[in-house]
This record gives sequence, C-alpha cells and structure tokens, in this order.
Amino acid sequence: MASCHGRAVGPGPREEGEAKMAELRGSEPVPVAPAPVAPAPAAPEPVPVGPARRRHRRREALLGWGLILPSALVFGMFVFYPFARNLYLGLYKTPPFPGLPKRYVGVTQYGQVLTSHDFVNSLRVTVLFMLYTVPTGLILGLLLAVLAHQKLAGIRIFRTLFSSPVATSVAVASVIFFTLLNPQVGLFTYWLGRQNQPSVLDDPATALIAVSVVTVWQNLGLSFILMSAGLQAVPDDLLEAAEVDGAGTWARFRHVILPMLSPTIFFAVVVGSILSLQAFGQIDLLTQGGPLKRTNVLVYSIYDLVFRQNNEGRAAVVAVALFAITLVLTLVQLTLLERRVTYER
Amino acid sequence: MSASAPLAALAPGFRTFLWIVAALVAVAVVLQVLTRVGSPGSRHRAATAGRYLLLVTLAVVVVFPLYITVVNSLLRPAQIAARPPTLFPTQPQWSTYSKAWTQAHLDRYLMNSFIVTAVIVAGELATSIAAGYAFAFLEFPLKRTMFVVFLATMMVPLEVTFFTNLQTVVSLGWYNTYLALTVPFLASGFGAFLLRQAFLGLPRDLRDAAALDGLGHWSFMTRVAVPLARPSIAALGLFSFFAAYGQYLWPLIVTKDERLRTVQIGLKYLSSNQINDINLTFAAAVLAALPLFALLLVFQKQLVRGLTAGAVKG
Repeated sequence: MASCHGRAVGPGPREEGEAKMAELRGSEPVPVAPAPVAPAPAAPEPVPVGPARRRHRRREALLGWGLILPSALVFGMFVFYPFARNLYLGLYKTPPFPGLPKRYVGVTQYGQVLTSHDFVNSLRVTVLFMLYTVPTGLILGLLLAVLAHQKLAGIRIFRTLFSSPVATSVAVASVIFFTLLNPQVGLFTYWLGRQNQPSVLDDPATALIAVSVVTVWQNLGLSFILMSAGLQAVPDDLLEAAEVDGAGTWARFRHVILPMLSPTIFFAVVVGSILSLQAFGQIDLLTQGGPLKRTNVLVYSIYDLVFRQNNEGRAAVVAVALFAITLVLTLVQLTLLERRVTYER
Repeated sequence: MSASAPLAALAPGFRTFLWIVAALVAVAVVLQVLTRVGSPGSRHRAATAGRYLLLVTLAVVVVFPLYITVVNSLLRPAQIAARPPTLFPTQPQWSTYSKAWTQAHLDRYLMNSFIVTAVIVAGELATSIAAGYAFAFLEFPLKRTMFVVFLATMMVPLEVTFFTNLQTVVSLGWYNTYLALTVPFLASGFGAFLLRQAFLGLPRDLRDAAALDGLGHWSFMTRVAVPLARPSIAALGLFSFFAAYGQYLWPLIVTKDERLRTVQIGLKYLSSNQINDINLTFAAAVLAALPLFALLLVFQKQLVRGLTAGAVKG
C-alpha cells in the first residue's frame, strides 16, 4: 500500500526541490522577509543552546499541535465521537413507540441482530454485490487499459472516452440507467424485450444484477485509469526484451505485464471491495433495497432501520458490523495478498 | 430465470446491436490473425485496422449510456417513447435545457453543489497542508500517536457513522444548513497522509538551508514546501472535488429544504417524475455531469494522479 502512495508522489518535486535549494543558497539578496523567530542574522536559528533550545522546542511543539488541531477537532466530532456513540447505542433497545425510555440490554442486542434473518440477508446481498462488481470491473478496466496502451495515432481520444464514466457520480449514473430501464418508455426495457413485464429492477431474479451492471459501468472509468497508470509503470525495455526472447502477445501479458501489475491489481481489489461495501446511492435510486430485500445491502439496511423503522439500536449494531467487516477485509487482504505481490522496489 | 434470457426473447433492435458488436469483434480478431500471413506492409496495416476496430467497438459500448442521455435530452418525450427508438436528434430541442435550468431549478442545485464543493475542497486542502507539514517537519509530543489516529480515520467511513453524525448535527442546530453539508468534510486523514508523504519527498536538507537563511516555519511552508508539493496538492484537490461534488448519502439526510438541495439530490427528485418530464431528467443528468467532464478534459493528468493515489479513501 505504502509503495503505491510512494509512487504517486514521484521524483518530480525532489528535483525541483534541489533547484529551489540552490536558489536559496546561491543568491544572497533573495528577498526573504525576516522570520519573526530569528533574533539576529549573525546567530543561525537551528543551533540554539540551553534555555534557548528548550524555548525553541516548546515553540515547535506548540506550532505542531496548532497545525494538526483543526483536523483533530473535525475527526473528534465527526469520526470518533459518532463511532463511540454507535457502540453505545447498540447496547440499548429502541422502544417500540417514540417517547418511551430506551432500555439497556447490553451485548445481547448485538447477538440478536447479528443472527437475525434480515442481517444475514443483507450480508449475503453485500457479498454477492461485491462478487458481481469487483472482479468484473477489474477485468474490464484491465482489458480497456491494455487496449489503450498501444502506440497508435489518436489513442488519447480513446483514453478520454474510456475514462469518461469517471465523470458520472453515483446519482448521475443511477438516474440515467433508471430512466433507460423505465418499464414504459425506457430504451433498455425495449431492447431487453421486457415492455409488458416488471422492470429488471423490480424482478427479484435480476434486480441485484442490474444494480451491479450500473455500478460496474459507473466505476469503469476509475478502474481504467487505475489500470492504465499501472501499465504505464511497466518498463518498455522489459517488454522489448521479452519480445526479443520470442514471447508472444499472451506470454508477454501473462509473464511480464501481469506480475508487474500485481500491486495495482491488489490495490484495485482492496479499493473496489471497500467501495462496494459502502454502496448506497445506486440502491436508493434504483431499487430502495427491494424487491423482497434482494438488494438490501448493509448500508441501505442501516438507512432503512433508522429512517423507516425508527430503530436506531439495531441500526447501530449493523453499523458496527459494517465497520468490523471493512476493517477485517482490509487487514486480511493486506496480509494475504502482500506476500504474493511483486513490488517494484 | 429471466436473467439468462435467450437471444430470441430480446427485442430486434437490441439483437441487431449485439450482432453488430459481435461482428466488429470478429472482424478485429480476423484482422489480428491475418497479421501472421502476407507481406510485412499489409500485415502491419491489417493489425492497425484490427486494433482500431476493437477500440472503436469498445468505446461505443462504454460511451453509449452517455450518448443516449445527451440524445434523449434533446428529444421530445413522445419521441423518446416512440419505437423504433430515435438514436440521433434531427430537430434538437435545446429549450429543454433552459427549462431544466429554470423550471427544474438546476441553477439553484448546481450553485449549492458549487458552494459546498468549493468550501470542502478549500478547507480540506488547508487542514491537510497544515497537518501534513506538522507530521513531516515538526517534532511535538504524541506525534506518532496522532499520526496513527489520523490514519485510523480512514477506517471509519461516513457510511458507518452517518446517523449518529446526523444526531450531532441536529443537536448543534445545524440540520438543513450549509454548515451540516460542509463542516464534517473539512479535514481528511487521507489528505494529511498524502501531503506528509509529499513533504517528506522533498530534499532533507532543504529545511536546514532555509533555516540558515532565516526562514521560519511559516515562510518555509508557504514559500518553499507548498509550491514544491504542488502536484500532490493539485491531485488531492481534484480528488476531493470529485468526492465532494458526487456526495449522495450525507446531503440526502441532512437537508430537507429544496433551496439547499445539491444537484445529486435534485436528480433524485427529478427522476421520480418520469413520464411527462423524461427529457428534463436526461437534461438534468447532462448538466450535473458537465462540471466533472470539464475537469476530466482539462486536468486529465492530475486527475489520474489524484485517483490512483486517492482511490484508497473510497
């Protein structure tokens, strides 16, 4: 993971930094405003001694905390406090009628909710949704990226076209497909030959697949961009060497490109899985969790529990479970996959 | 199972479409095979033609939903419902866009989206630069702990905390205000992490040299570190723009007033009125997608950078 970020930063700013440093060192009369801290130009700031050093360190500590404080306040208020409140709310049973006091039931509510039919269904739907969207999106993105990686005139146009779904938000993509799947006038309804039948979004057999197709399409741009960036990092001389050695197109793909791409693929699997766990917008716009709860993914079930069933106690438990799954998934993927991944450095 | 509907059950139009796609792919494959025979010149030409054919076919499939959205936004509702479908607008109804802009309040929705997005991007950049700088260049007590705490925020997505956050917002009296739409996103653990990495990527003795020249931390940050980390800052800015502009769940639950609706939520309400205003829905989708398209076209390089680094945040 760290290596992916490292690459994103790149060597660019370092080189530019050397230039900037030379500029700082070289030309004496650089119009540098006198720093408020420096007492005199004769005594250089970085090597104070005794109490001066202590004062200097205290000032640095204060500045450091001052700089992280705004972020820390936001995190405290909107990440850690609500998370702790989730854990706490999960211990209380929400009364059947508003106005009555909520009753402490402890971890029994966790047990009840996590073994309930509704939760198991939501978990199943979420896992299915993940299986439908993550591998498909990855393979399609890789296919497009390999095709767009050729040296052809006008290839930039194709790159732009292939990345274009990235410009559609969840709502835009969902509304487009929702309208194209309209049971009376939708173009896709007509093409699928389903005019006088329930829409694919209302059919328990197809609803989740339809939602997955929309999701894959919406994420295709991101998937393509990720894979293209990974391909760009495969050195050309490696591929040429393989070609000289007589490796065909498939052999080059299988034995050179794929191993070199494995960090990117790994990254895409982690990101894709986490994104699919968090799916909400497309469900709300396309199916509202139905039909027969076949698309009631975890996040949607939390939303449904809070706003339709007014049961924040149960919702809190599902939210904690969602967090735990995200966490476990990330950790498992990190440890299992990292060993098998070929990193560049 | 209707999921695996046989080809015969599909409408003739769609069958034709599938046949065309299949034929194009077949021709591309044949051309690829042909590259193994014939003279080098003709082989090369056949290979190139095959590649273009494959690229064009896939581009058509990927872009089709967007294309048909633009086409439908320019048709009258009756034309959209007509069969066989119209795939090209011969008399484009541009007035639909002015109708979407004024009557369907897209002007208001887009303005709200821009206000909210601008505040979030500016705030997130400011707090991330500050925190990233502190973690990269300063020594202070509990620095390592705080860094882990910042990273841990990435493990708690809004999808886990949205309803407890809603309660906080309500108790602060922020429900249905711009504050609720923006304040929770004014800091980002991912942003702080990304910029810390960028700052650490700068030459190590840069800070010492600057200190010798009498530059305090503030001037060093604003005049040396930030300009040098510009590519990463731009990438973070673009990434956070895409994320903030496309938000759906949070704006949906913290606003009830139509005047505060962002364009994503506006789309939800427009799409529920399907038959009479179906062209309006398509036009609204086009208008909502345009800002991100513009960014994609202008900043493609930075965007690739931002998304490849930033996708981890989700």
